[in-house]
Amino acid sequence: MALSNVVETPASGFNFENVSRNVALEGLLEGGHTKAPKPMKTGTTIAGIVCKDGVVLGADTRATSGEVVADKMCAKIHYISPNMYCCGAGTAADTEKTTDLLSSNLTIFSMNSGRNPRVVMAVNILQDMLFRYRGQIGASLILGGVDCTGNHLYTVGPYGSIDNVPYLAMGSGDLAALGILEDRFKPNMELEEAKQLVRDAIHSGIMSDLGSGNNIDICVITKQGVDYIRPYQESEYKDKRQRRYKYRPGTTSILTEKIVPLELEVVQETVQRMDTA
Amino acid sequence: MNTRGLRSQLKDSVPVTGMGPQVGAYGVQDTLRSGFSSVKNELLPSHALELSEKNFQLNQDKINFSNLRNIQGLHAPLKLQMEYRAARQIQRLPFLQSSHLALDTLKGNDESISFEGILNDPAQSEMMGEPHVMVEYKLGMM
Repeated sequence: MALSNVVETPASGFNFENVSRNVALEGLLEGGHTKAPKPMKTGTTIAGIVCKDGVVLGADTRATSGEVVADKMCAKIHYISPNMYCCGAGTAADTEKTTDLLSSNLTIFSMNSGRNPRVVMAVNILQDMLFRYRGQIGASLILGGVDCTGNHLYTVGPYGSIDNVPYLAMGSGDLAALGILEDRFKPNMELEEAKQLVRDAIHSGIMSDLGSGNNIDICVITKQGVDYIRPYQESEYKDKRQRRYKYRPGTTSILTEKIVPLELEVVQETVQRMDTA
Repeated sequence: MNTRGLRSQLKDSVPVTGMGPQVGAYGVQDTLRSGFSSVKNELLPSHALELSEKNFQLNQDKINFSNLRNIQGLHAPLKLQMEYRAARQIQRLPFLQSSHLALDTLKGNDESISFEGILNDPAQSEMMGEPHVMVEYKLGMM
């Protein structure tokens, strides 16, 4: 049905039509007891270190929505390219989408140029994108990767600030994790020692911060390849379901059943050969 | 880096002219098509990003062309803009889907993905415009 008040095709990208309506709605809801649902945040502990052979990234696996744990096994270490992975803290959807976009852009680039992308390129793309949206995209990311120039670890804040350091922690549990990292980090550590240090940092974040919890994921990136260990360590506080909560087949009784066969006749049949060579 | 030209985008709650009412034939707002006018809706942007996003591509182009002019002389942006104008004319009538392939290739949009390519895709738009109205608007006859 063609509308006569539409004079131009709508522009693609973000659409701000409903913003004033949403503000008015929130004003109405504040008076009553209902509240608008909160977006799912990853209130998190993420950490990374540069070691002798590569980069080790670690993250917890809890995603919260307000005061409720929304996801106990959330994957916070996202794939960017074969030599780069990114941990994300902040609003879960924002980190996922941003890293997805980054990964797609880098894939196109590597197909065009035939090279593995460098970590600085990924960081610059992220910085441009996040700065353009002035922090409205709530994604704090730790990007780690190995490329031809060495092992790199960068952090990108939601407003587009970047920092290039040998060890990092972000998220709501970053102070606890940073304490452990500051104490025991040494440059050019061995791989096993580095994994243990990251695990301890995330563990202290889980113990000291309400927004972090459950299992610990570790991702080791080296020149030879990537080792994504999920979960590296499961939490001791797992709960066991007492009963099965799924319905058995046959729980709802069928009262009547009526089958109407649909008669079709084959009018025309064409066979098209597919070239699968 | 997109840090230049920031000043022009730092207009948070200052009334701006970018959101003006759609003027109809007599210089007043066309109530039949755009509804009743409200000062608050028109003068103030409702979201912090609304204005900067509306003009983002234009501002980027301005910055890039002025950089290019300073580095290489006037001919460089002139030639590029001539090519853009030529490519922009290769499209179908406004109510049909045009691919903008030449324009995208010139601008480099065929090698990158941003939110413009994912969200609010015009090909999936639920509203369709009335063809005669859209062509009249495009030709400036409305």
